[in-house]
Amino acid sequence: MKIDRRAFLSLGLGAAAGTAITPVPWKLIDDSSIWTQNWPWTPVPPVGKVTHVNSVCTLCPGGCGITVRKSGDRAIKIDGRNDHPINKGGICMLGLSGLQLLYGSTRIQTPLKRVGKRGENKFKPISWGEALSLVQESLQTLRDEKKTKELACILGAQGVVADLFGRFFQTFGSPNIFKMQTAEDISAAGLKLMQGESSSIAYDFDNADYILSFGSGLMDGWGAPGKMFQAHGQRKSSLKQSSVRFVHIDTRLSNTAAKADTWLSVKPGTEAVLALGMAQYIIQENLYNSSFIKQYTNGLDAFKDLLDKNYTPQKAAGITGLDEEIIRFLAKDFTQAKRAVAVFGRGSLESPGSVQEFMAIHALNALVGNINETGGVWAKPTVETNNWIAAALDDIAIKGLNEKCIDPDAKDVSNRPHRLIDAIGKTKESPISMLWVAGANPLYQLSDQTSVQKAFEKIPMIVSFSSFMDETAVQSDLILPDHLYLEKCAEIMTPPGIQKPIISLLKPVVNPLFNTKHTGDVIISLAQKMGGSIAGAFPWSTYEECLQKRLGTYWKKLQDKGFVETESYKPVKRFLTASRKFEFTGEGHTAFTFNLTTIEGELKRFPLVLIPCDSIRLVADGSPTPPFMMKSLEDTVLKGNDVLVEINTNTAKSLGLKYNDVVSLSTPRGTATVRVNVHAGIMPDVIAIPRGLGHSAYDDYLAGKGVNYMSLIGPVEDTVTGQDAAWGIRARLSRA
Amino acid sequence: MKHSSTHQKTNKYGMVIDLDKCTGCGSCMVACMAENNVPFRKDETDKTKSITWMRVYKINNGKSFPETDICYIPRPCMQCGGVHDDGHSPCVSVCPAVATDYSQETGIVSQIYTRCFGCRYCMAACPYHARYFNWWDPIWPEGMERSLSPDVSPRMRGVVEKCSFCFHRYQLAKNKAFVEGRETLKEDEYQTSCTDACPSGAITFGDLNDPTHAVYTLKQNKHAFRLLERLKTNPKVYYLSTRSWVREACDNYIKGEMPQIAAAHHH
Repeated sequence: MKIDRRAFLSLGLGAAAGTAITPVPWKLIDDSSIWTQNWPWTPVPPVGKVTHVNSVCTLCPGGCGITVRKSGDRAIKIDGRNDHPINKGGICMLGLSGLQLLYGSTRIQTPLKRVGKRGENKFKPISWGEALSLVQESLQTLRDEKKTKELACILGAQGVVADLFGRFFQTFGSPNIFKMQTAEDISAAGLKLMQGESSSIAYDFDNADYILSFGSGLMDGWGAPGKMFQAHGQRKSSLKQSSVRFVHIDTRLSNTAAKADTWLSVKPGTEAVLALGMAQYIIQENLYNSSFIKQYTNGLDAFKDLLDKNYTPQKAAGITGLDEEIIRFLAKDFTQAKRAVAVFGRGSLESPGSVQEFMAIHALNALVGNINETGGVWAKPTVETNNWIAAALDDIAIKGLNEKCIDPDAKDVSNRPHRLIDAIGKTKESPISMLWVAGANPLYQLSDQTSVQKAFEKIPMIVSFSSFMDETAVQSDLILPDHLYLEKCAEIMTPPGIQKPIISLLKPVVNPLFNTKHTGDVIISLAQKMGGSIAGAFPWSTYEECLQKRLGTYWKKLQDKGFVETESYKPVKRFLTASRKFEFTGEGHTAFTFNLTTIEGELKRFPLVLIPCDSIRLVADGSPTPPFMMKSLEDTVLKGNDVLVEINTNTAKSLGLKYNDVVSLSTPRGTATVRVNVHAGIMPDVIAIPRGLGHSAYDDYLAGKGVNYMSLIGPVEDTVTGQDAAWGIRARLSRA
Repeated sequence: MKHSSTHQKTNKYGMVIDLDKCTGCGSCMVACMAENNVPFRKDETDKTKSITWMRVYKINNGKSFPETDICYIPRPCMQCGGVHDDGHSPCVSVCPAVATDYSQETGIVSQIYTRCFGCRYCMAACPYHARYFNWWDPIWPEGMERSLSPDVSPRMRGVVEKCSFCFHRYQLAKNKAFVEGRETLKEDEYQTSCTDACPSGAITFGDLNDPTHAVYTLKQNKHAFRLLERLKTNPKVYYLSTRSWVREACDNYIKGEMPQIAAAHHH
């Protein structure tokens, strides 16, 4: 067939028309768009039967009730438990991200034995039988050589698990139990001196009408955060004026400062001096509750002596940088409220503070007589549970326990782990040959990280009980991984700062995903493997049985409801000191002494002050911050892998720095490269660094981002307890 | 646009967020991510590419130390009704694929991922930056896929996503009501994930048309406002704040306030 012009054109037109009319190309485009959206790697979550399991969150000490939604055997969402007395339905972002920890890739899936060099992160999986035998053999050698005191542990764990460790150490014969320090230890030591109590402090925020916070990050992770947020929501609303006044003292405009009715800034570390200045004015002007003072207190005159000498509002103004008129006004304001509370505990309580600071602040509560009163302050109530019968000790144990703990001031337990690090650093050979670490991550959490690392290198054997491959686990020789909180049973006693007794029961939400074991069970098995009087002190076959016996009559109620609270709890109006009175100067002291906790560094070399900035969006206790939380960090906190430190607009100007500049941050303990965030809401000459970044361990979502604040500071001992009371350090910023 | 059948009651779901209660804790952001299978990446610090259906913004009053003040503003999708509140919201109006639509039944702006072909007109049209584009395929670290909810389909590269007021929760509640022979939902039967999680109770959610719901009264409070009201997008998210500088920053004034602020600025 000859193709002429006419045929060519009609064929062409026909083809064009055909192409336009046929659905094929459109179908192809449609198919390709569907096809490009249906990659096999886009997951299709399987559908399962929906169930809900109630439990408790233990990712912080706050103890919020949670309800976990499950689809089949998978946990798919954590919500706050509506009827739990702590959080009443609310939940923080860490609690919400719990499943990213449960199903995360940094969990340790089986017992591990180190095969590479220390810290190389080369381990081989071993069985539980093998792992326990390894520990038992080493322990037996220590027993045989009568060197039981060479076993030490660092614990972050609380409650029955911590008690099991204690009992093991006692029957084994080692006095070297170290606990990570908490602010609760400090307030407990202070309350012992002033009120003769042995528990930490609690505040009745539900009924107080004036809250004066001395740097307490009530909205930044302080105490039981779920409770603190819930109480704030009750207090504050756009709909009506609140009848509660909330005054916050802070060096920077933290989230807590932003939520306070009044934010007053003092020079970092001088919060307690403001309290003393106020106290001086209150006493001088007779603004105190005279009937309470007369009937229930001792030592006001001695207290007054010190105040008149050193802490008049004028002098306090010089130290704190606040106007003295403001100090007087605040003092008057505080005494005019009906139920005013002065709150102790810096930031999110990661920096415990000093006993003298506690006493200075708590004295205000006594001056207004708001102790053991509704809307006031009292010692946190403890819940009576069944104690164990005293363990029988053999000769080796008795000999070991007669030796002194490495920390000479320790009674039973030392909450000064930095002294262990010190002792190891000072001697040629480590005084301990085996270290157990449970519920803590000292290679991230303790200050002066360089010394901690060096000390750990000297310890011949390190055993970690961690659920995650954290900094300490990486440096261990043997890892005996614990279940995660959603896989196990445990009890949670009244959280920090909570004024009414509450016990909650942690219940397994899912079956353990991996070959992990409850640390409580591991200790019981180890004890039984050791035999003799050690085994005799552990008559339980499982941890759960041990817990059940401890909780006694509460057990059934806890099983049914998940928590037991004493809602009607009222504080007893009494003081447990020998005089049965509140002692301003502390029991056994005739004068009130106060020294500001000094920080390291010379002013000349380090003209600025570095303080940590606590946030509910970062996990600061050495546990991992899950990806969702990292995602929620503002870009003024983290940019790429760089942390931004906050400095005042004027400080930036005088240093010639602007937002996002890369600078070198140096302190007497270390140097780091950071970026600068210029903000008007921080006092000049202060640098604030977010706490919780700078992990070398964990996954790519967290590791290598930012700087660990603890690597930039060193310990400063509290004059009363010897605990690390450092709240900051002198520092310098220079262009990198 | 489909209109609801005659025997179906129309709802107008909306939110009132009390900024005086909001502490900036960010629970709403994570509650949303966990509920809606929102993906996450190793570096989320470029916020223009970080998918946050609910995002908490931080604003300040611009004053120097110590007069500085900050305020947090949680921002979900505003579920705009458009000028006449009839569904001509900025995004719906520009979508060439009907991938986003306005539901007359609930007042919620939908997003159908498989229809979206990623032109991102809607993102350009949205004055609230509430829409996000999937520049990458979502990848969950090994094992973490087990935490995904079957109620919300994970998205894929090349589509836009945004807050749906947890529409799947509405569907589940409706199913339950249907089985029980009810047509209407009770206030507490349908709540968004962020509302449930907010630990200070700053978020209230419900039917803005229903006088028995808390949001109905709250939205009429004198301190209530919406973001960029001048644009007449008719958002269904209201805010409450007693601080005038916050309302000003959100381009809103209560009666008689505007001239004062304007005067203050001329000083």
